[in-house]
Parts: sequence; structure tokens; C-alpha cells
Amino acid sequence: MSQPLTYYDEMKNKGYSRRDFMKFATMMAAFMGLERSAVGQIAKSMASKPRVPVIWLHFQECTCCSESFIRSSHPIVADILLDQISLDYTETLMAASGFQAEEAMHNTMTKYKGEYILCVEGSVPVEADGVYCMIGGKTSMQILEEAAAGAKAVIAWGSCACNGCVQAAKPNPTAATPIHKLVKGKPIIKVPGCPPIGEVMAGVIVHLVAFDRIPQLDALGRPKAFYSKRVHDTCYRRPFFDAGLYVESFDDENAKKGYCLYKVGCKGPVTYNACGVTKWNGGTSFPIQSGHGCIGCSEENYWDNGRLYERASAFAGFGIEATADVVGGIALAATGAGVLGHAIMTNIRKKENIHMLEDEGRKEEKELDH
Amino acid sequence: MNKRIVVDPVTRIEGHLRIEAEIENGKIKDAYSSGTMVRLLEEILRNRDPRDAWAIVGRVCGVCTSVHSLTSVRSVEDALNITIPPNAELVRNIMYCTSFMHDHVVHFYHLHAMDWIDVVNALKADPQKTSALAQKISKWPKSSPGYFSDLQARIKKLVDSGQLGIFSNGYWGHPAYKLPPEVNLIGLAHYLEALEWQKEVVKVQAVFGGKNPHPNYLVGGMACAIGIDDVSGINAERLSLVKSILDEAKTFIEQVYIPDLMTIASYYKEWGSIGGGLGNFMVYGDLPWNGYRDASSYKFPPGVILNKDLSKLYEVDLRNDGDVQEFITHSWYEYKGGKDIGLHPWKGESKIKYTGPKPPFEHLDMSQAYSYLKTPRWQGHAMEVGPLARVLVGYARGREEFKDVVDRALKTLDIPVSALISTLGRTAARGFEASLVSQWALDFYYQLVDNIKKGDTRMANMDMFNPDTWPKKAIGVGHAEAPRGALAHWINIEDKKISNYQLVVPTTWNASPRDSKGQLSAYESALLGTPVADEKQPLEILRTVHSFDPCLACAVHLYDEHGNHINRVSVLEA
Repeated sequence: MSQPLTYYDEMKNKGYSRRDFMKFATMMAAFMGLERSAVGQIAKSMASKPRVPVIWLHFQECTCCSESFIRSSHPIVADILLDQISLDYTETLMAASGFQAEEAMHNTMTKYKGEYILCVEGSVPVEADGVYCMIGGKTSMQILEEAAAGAKAVIAWGSCACNGCVQAAKPNPTAATPIHKLVKGKPIIKVPGCPPIGEVMAGVIVHLVAFDRIPQLDALGRPKAFYSKRVHDTCYRRPFFDAGLYVESFDDENAKKGYCLYKVGCKGPVTYNACGVTKWNGGTSFPIQSGHGCIGCSEENYWDNGRLYERASAFAGFGIEATADVVGGIALAATGAGVLGHAIMTNIRKKENIHMLEDEGRKEEKELDH
Repeated sequence: MNKRIVVDPVTRIEGHLRIEAEIENGKIKDAYSSGTMVRLLEEILRNRDPRDAWAIVGRVCGVCTSVHSLTSVRSVEDALNITIPPNAELVRNIMYCTSFMHDHVVHFYHLHAMDWIDVVNALKADPQKTSALAQKISKWPKSSPGYFSDLQARIKKLVDSGQLGIFSNGYWGHPAYKLPPEVNLIGLAHYLEALEWQKEVVKVQAVFGGKNPHPNYLVGGMACAIGIDDVSGINAERLSLVKSILDEAKTFIEQVYIPDLMTIASYYKEWGSIGGGLGNFMVYGDLPWNGYRDASSYKFPPGVILNKDLSKLYEVDLRNDGDVQEFITHSWYEYKGGKDIGLHPWKGESKIKYTGPKPPFEHLDMSQAYSYLKTPRWQGHAMEVGPLARVLVGYARGREEFKDVVDRALKTLDIPVSALISTLGRTAARGFEASLVSQWALDFYYQLVDNIKKGDTRMANMDMFNPDTWPKKAIGVGHAEAPRGALAHWINIEDKKISNYQLVVPTTWNASPRDSKGQLSAYESALLGTPVADEKQPLEILRTVHSFDPCLACAVHLYDEHGNHINRVSVLEA
């Protein structure tokens, strides 16, 4: 068996020159905020490294994370699988089954001890000694323990692995437990969402591979790049919220105009995710754009944080958040009445502006008709 | 001499499945199918808002994503007697077709193909010959010698690197692989192309449901308002996007999937007499042309076939106490009335009780309970559900579209109708359906445009959305044909909350353990008699099990009465 291909080999194979490669390393160093002297080091490490081995485990989950991952439009998943990582174990895609599958995982755990990335999709049930999730006759607790021991870092894919998601919703009958409560002493990157956006998942992988480091994480362990802004702050319908223009009921006149979905339960104001910017499925849309409120799927315990069609202000937590949220210079009040007041009091001017613009539009339309 | 072999994990499926099989003289003598993961979602659903159920049960499965949400809103609409506007029905149908096409193509290439295609053998292919063959079987443009030699070089580098990734430890070189290198190379090329294609086709769900996986649904209709004069609504741009994606999807299915399926099938005709299984088939029906309540308008007609007899069809009544019942004789559950009774889902009760060996273990004790799946029966009969059932029922009903696609394929392959009831037939039926659905998706699209053109822009019926308008008690059942087969949700609503919610899903029908009478379910039955050339590499078992497209997260989801809570959080030392 010959030597594993390095990044430099990969680039050569794709027709890039040594010069291109050095340019790439320089750019990468600049991107990472490193001194020029570090360029050589990066180039060296990239020229001599095999594809990053990855073990991807599935526990209590629905496979939506794997499905989302293969939806990534940049890079496409075939390129990730063939060029960037060596996905040595994944129950969803791998050719081998049974003994051979387990053997493939053990080979990677032994050969690349301390080097492989462990991805975990799903939560771990700890009730009844873990018998609610068993693979190859072992419990998910046992498998996680073994696989985490030699991992360089752990990625917790999706809300199941980050916070237990749906099976951890009350009364959490199997004691579904997120990964960070079971694995200690390893860096853990939490990528919540049900599922996370495909391009965000690919982005996390590319960050690890290209920069050879863990992305900057926020206090909750999520990559800052994708989870530092609320859906509300990046929502294209935000001006309607500020103007107090809301959908009152699904499919009403305001829904047809694309007004704010806050009153029909949108959890965008309490949800940190990239949906408003990155959007979904190659930028096709995101829940709010398609007329349904955000359900808050990347937030901890979102299944128990109020019903889907209940206003965000009606459940606990929003008040605290709201005090920090300055809307149009006025602090958003924590109650529905407050929101109504806010709408009436502060946004008459904006509303008038919008109506004026609409009137102008109608006038121009008439002129065009003539 | 009998040998017991275990395949666990069964990969390239959704969820966690274990197969144990007894081999005698190179053939499977007995087989056991076990689901080994449980989340108890039905307990979580209790006391929640019925309007929220679609989101929770949507998370039952991220592969056949959306069909559980669809079934859930149908069950609530049934309970509350809500009729949804035609546009919402059409949008749901289009989303359904999208998910269906996605699911079948991904199953064929990414979950099933490696049972038939030897990836490593593709390196021996002659790119010139491969190109000539590809152009003979299809007019798909990506077929030049250069295209195939570039791909071959890319795979060679992967193999030479020693890091095979997802192809590690496959059964490459197994004597049951029969394809010439050129067909293997075409299959591999299309494996990668399908991986790109699948991310495009689901964009239709993103247009109407905001995202995929797990698009949004709504009790009473859909949330994607039609606003043909607004940038935020369903307008001409959004509809054009849908149309172009549906066109491309149909092209891919016609020019890539179907030709590959027929070519590969022609080398594996012996699988037309292996893996037939029960011979009992059940379909609830789906894709209403004239409203969900009018079952006669379903593109997939409902019906039951018993003992392979296509001349007589039976009707299913999901509301009748004696039609669908679930048993737990060999399941890790308890009923108040004992281990051997069956319960209709509206009376569904279950308490989990794991009685298997303490992990880690080598074998399960098959004389006892051995699965987290319950065992559903229709009037006491074990049933196979899924693509083969739908195609056979459509065929038996004499529907022209079904007869046309089936007869054409049988003629091309030169095999009799009876060969359909097999591993090969199950895999082929999935292709036939995908081909039908790719056309139906466009038909529904034209119907939607036509309806909007007539001035109907309604997308949701909100008359009963406010829980204050609901009766104190209501019961409902919603059904659908999931890609993997007949699916139904039964809901009991009391005081505006869910008092009971039961799902009986396709993989529970197919993958369940035997019942109190010892009758096998579909997987176990289909595995009997399957040849196994090498016990250490049971490729043949994977072929038959994968032909059902297992989806285990769906199948195992029952609830717990929450007995002794022994919560042991083990903290790992790094």
C-alpha cells in the first residue's frame, strides 16, 4: 500500500503548481492572522499530511444531519469525501456492514490515535444502563467512550448531540443525553440545529481541514461564524417587525405580503443561527421566507420553550433577552401588549413611510399602464 | 451444520438494525431482525398541542423527511374535520413527489448500489468501452471516454492512498458481484452524480417548506402563502424554480436511474427468484388528485393482496378495531392484558421492558423478546409494504400507468410477472415508481398553476386553527404512502391536547419480529432460502435487506410509562 495523499498531492493532481500551492498557504496564513514566517510551516504541514480521518457515529437520531450534510452545495459532498477527509466509519454511507464496519472503525482508531475527528450524530440514552441504543451488541455509551478516547476533537452534529433535541423533550423517557455531558477532556464543537444547515456543516469540516484548527467558539461551544447572530437580526422581514406590520393568521393578506411572522409564533427573536444569511439548500429559501415562523431548532430545549404558534414573548427567557434587544431605539417590552404598544408608539412614522412607498409604487404602475 | 451469523450494524440504512441468521448448506434457514434503538417519542407527544405534532413526528426520520409531518397534519385534520384548500393539497403533493424521487434515487445509488457494484473492480474498466456502453443505454450527456478516465484516475488515487474512506472494508471481489468493470464504472460515476443531483431536487421542498431536511407543514393547509404580486410569496419566480427542478429531476430519473437499473438488473436475473418473502402486500394509497378524502382519486391506489394472488384485492379500514393491530410477543414491551394480545392504535398502550442480554453481548435470545419493534398485523396477517406492494396493487387494479411501466420492464428483462416478487423485483419496483412520480410531480405542478390562474390563491383553511373552536374530545387517523410503504398516525385529542398518539410505520411492518403464532414478518421471511457464499462476507443478506430500504428510527419510537429511573451518567475520562 502506498503513502496516503497529502493536500499538496491533491493540489498537484488537480493541476496546481508549487507556486499556486505556496500562494494558497500564504493566503491561508493571512486568513488565520499569522505572521509571514508561519507560511512555510503551514505549507509544510499541508504538503505532508494525509486526508483527515473521520469517524461518524449515529446514536439516537433521525439521520437528518447526515442528510443535511450531503445537501451542501459548496463544497459538494463528493469533493469532501474524496479530497478532504477520509470518512472511515459512517453507518449511513459506508460500504461495509457488521464485523467489517466495526473493523474499519477500529483500524482508524488504532492507526490514527489522537489524529482522527470524531463526529457524533444523536444523543446517548443513559437510562437503564444504556440499552435503549445498542450497536453491534454494545451500548452507545460504551461505543462513545471508546471512540472519544483517541479522538483529536469531537464534533457534536445537530441538536440531538448538542442538547438531546426531540427525544430529550419532556419527560425525556430514555434520559437522552448530549455529548458534552459524557465526553470530558476533548475539544467539542457544537453545531446545533435540526438539522444544521448543510453548508454550515461543510464549513466546519473545511475549517478544521484547511486551517488545521478548531473554529472560534462562543461561550456555548458553537462556531462563532455561524451562531453569533439571531435569526431575527438577519431576517429580511425585520423591517416589518420594526414597523409593527404582522401576519395575524396564516394565509391572510399580510401573509401574502410577507409581513413579520412574530405574532404567529416565529422564534427568530430567540434563535441563534445562520438561516437568515446562509439560508437553506444552496440559498433557496429559509423557513421565514417560505411563510412559516422559525421554530428555534438550534436552541437548547426548544421543544419545551413554548408551543410553535405561541408568541416568543409569551414564554420565559424572552424577557431577559428582550432587555438587551434595542429595536428602533426603544427596548422591546416583554409582553404581547408591550409589543403592540411598541408597534403603535414607535413605528407610525415607519409605517407611513412604507405606505408612502406603496402609494408611489401604485402611481408609477398606473403611469406605466398608460 | 448450522452456523449463526450476525450482521450488526447493518449499514447504508437509516437507524440501527441487527440481523441474525442461521445458515445451513450455504442457505439461510432462519432469520431474525432486531431494531436496537428506541427514543419513545409517543410519550413525548402526550399533552402537547396537536398543531405542533407535525414538527415532532417529522423528527422521527430525516431520510423520509416530510412524510411523517404530512401524515400528522392529515391525522389532526381528520380529527377536527378540516378540509384544506386545493392549492395546499397540490403543494403537499408536489413536496411528496420531491421527497419520493429523492428517497428512491438516494436509496438506489447510495444505500443499495454497493451491494451490486464492485467499486474497486471499476478500476479495470476501459474508458472507451465504458463510454460506448453508456451511450448505448442512454442519451445522458456525461458519457465521454475522457469523463470516465478522469473519474477512474480520481478513484485510483483514492484507492492508492490507502485511505478508502466510505469504501473501506467493502466486500470487493466477492464472487456474487457479477457486473463487468465498465458497468461498475458507470455505476460509480452515477453514484457521484446522484450525490450532486439529490441536493438539487429537494430545493422544491425548500421553496414551499423553507428547508430540507424537515420542511415546515401546517394544520389546515400550508404556510407558504401565494402572493403572485409580492417578492415574499409563491410567485412566478418561485414557481419557475420548482418547474425547472422537476424537469431536471425527471430527466435524471429517465436518463440515468432507469437505464442503470435495467442494465444492472440484466446481470442479476437470478435475484428474481430470491427474497420473495411473504407474498402478502398492503397499500393505504396516496397522491390525491381530487382531495385526500376521495380515495378513488389516489394516484397510488389502496388495497391488500394475499398469497401472491393478484386477482383478488381486499380493502383496508384503518378505523376498524380488527384491521390493524400491534403485537408484542417478541418485543421489549409489556401490555396490561398480557404478552399475546393485539391492540388497535387508538387503544394503543405500551410500556417498555428490556429483557435482552446485558450489553456487550454476542447473541440475542430469539425464543424471547428480541427487538424494540412491535409486530403489526392486518386482520392477523403479516404484510409487506413499500414500492413492490404499491406497484403490484396498481397493476392488480388494472391502472394503465402501472401496467405500462411494469410490462415494458418485464419485456426488456425477459422475465415473468412472478419474478417481481423477489429481491430484484423490490428494487426494480422502486425505479418504476420513481419514473411514474417524476411525471405526476409535473402534472400536479400544472394543476397548481392552473388553479392560481383561475384566481384561487387560498393556501390554508384557518377556520379551526384556534383550539377554542375544537370539540372536547376528537379522534383521527392520517395515512400516507411513505417511500418505504404504508404509514399511518392515530391521534386522540382531549381538552385541546394530545392524549394518545400512535404511529405504525412501514419499517415496523417489514422489519418486526415474529408474532405470537410464530408468523414471520417481511424481512425475516424474505431472507429464508437466500444463498450465502461466504459467511464472513454475507453480501447476499445485505441485498435482500436493503431491497426493503430499512428505516429504523421510524420503526422504533414507542413510549414508556416511566418506571424506575436509574439515571447513570457516566463521565468519561479522556
